[in-house]
Amino acid sequence: MSGKLRVRVDQDKCQGHARCKSLAPELFELDAFGNAHEVGDGTVPAGLEDKAWLAQSNCPEIAIEVIEE
Amino acid sequence: MSDHSPVTDWVHDFDHTDPRWTENPYPIWDELRAASPVVHTERYLGCYMPTTFEAVKQVAYDTEHFSSRRVVVRNARPEVIPSPPITSDPPQHKPAKQLLLPPFTPDAMKKLEPRVRAICNELIDGFIDEGGCDAAARYSKYIPVRAIAHMLGIPEDDSDRFIKWIHEILELGIKDEAILMNAVHEMMAYFGGHIERRKTEPTDDLISTLMNARDQNGQPLPDMHVQGTLRLLLIAGIDTTWSAIGSSLWHLARTPADRERLLAEPALLPSAVEEFLRAFAPVTMAREVMKETEIGGCPIKPGNMVLLSFPAANRDPTVFPDADKVVIDRKQNPHAAFGLGIHRCVGSNLARMEMTVAIEEWLRRIPDFRLDPAGKVTWSEGTVRGPRQLPVLFGKA
Repeated sequence: MSGKLRVRVDQDKCQGHARCKSLAPELFELDAFGNAHEVGDGTVPAGLEDKAWLAQSNCPEIAIEVIEE
Repeated sequence: MSDHSPVTDWVHDFDHTDPRWTENPYPIWDELRAASPVVHTERYLGCYMPTTFEAVKQVAYDTEHFSSRRVVVRNARPEVIPSPPITSDPPQHKPAKQLLLPPFTPDAMKKLEPRVRAICNELIDGFIDEGGCDAAARYSKYIPVRAIAHMLGIPEDDSDRFIKWIHEILELGIKDEAILMNAVHEMMAYFGGHIERRKTEPTDDLISTLMNARDQNGQPLPDMHVQGTLRLLLIAGIDTTWSAIGSSLWHLARTPADRERLLAEPALLPSAVEEFLRAFAPVTMAREVMKETEIGGCPIKPGNMVLLSFPAANRDPTVFPDADKVVIDRKQNPHAAFGLGIHRCVGSNLARMEMTVAIEEWLRRIPDFRLDPAGKVTWSEGTVRGPRQLPVLFGKA
């Protein structure tokens, strides 16, 4: 549980609700069509863990995976 | 089949236009959900309704058995009038939707925000000295219609005409096909004129964006496609958000504690907006059953419609604890107000921006208000639910 977190957006599931981007703009970005992608390789900087879980639990399509490394 | 006699058995004979449903649908949905994940009525030539979040989601995701070619449950099954992409199924859906996504991203909405803020303030200027107003008829109603007119590049002054068409297509047209078709033809004539004018005088708006769009083969879209999409954008852009803003103000008028909290903690507004969207989701869609299947153990037969109630899904207590309570700082809120799956509302970022700005400006200028005890709140019927009369008094009681 004390390890690092990584977020990943499943491109087949994301429909562009943009909830993750609004809740955790440090971790997610939107493309020209408004679909979400993780920033960089998805590594969650220290201190932003809660935002990663928050984004996951608010995605209506269950498209966000939070990986504990 | 135009029987709309009062419902005596909701589970086997529901009718979403029954006045009790219009007035307060939540206990009815609880009763249906307790009975079965899918219920059926013989009304509307046969119609199912999934009652749980899970069942709603399964239907929304299953484009093989459930078609979007008819997205409103009506008495009759009039000819299919395509309004891509909402009425499109795969594989036509994706290219039609992709065209519309870039103009509606959150960044694009930021550019429109000052115009929406100005509209809100112009409207408030019109009634703030009167001590009270009908917040639905004089405020929430005119914000989305003027914003989408601005985006489309058609006169904001034609707003009342657009509102008349919406009422005829989405409310009266449920039971009267002639009214429906007449409104559709009036809209086609209206947009036809705007399209023709842009052929010689191109403009920088959504109508021109659609006229300049090219399909996968590099061809312009047929006029009928452009027309259908314009009707969709106008229809979907108006009474939906009008309803969502109205319901939010209805809640705030009755809940001083939430009002005070939002004034003291403005950073809560985004989560409050999501909670208003969950609790008062305005839009119920429909699907048409194309092939026999099963949802939640219930057999589903072709020839029936499906009333796809995202609002009922949002009240499912297995997904949303205390589903009937409005909790403006709700942490876990994966609501389905904008639909689920490929048909996610293309205007969701617009709707959020409009709701946020409309509530922000109202609270800034009218921090205290309450329902007028001498007035009556009325709600729209059928596909889109929200207050149509919302009499409020300004100031503390």
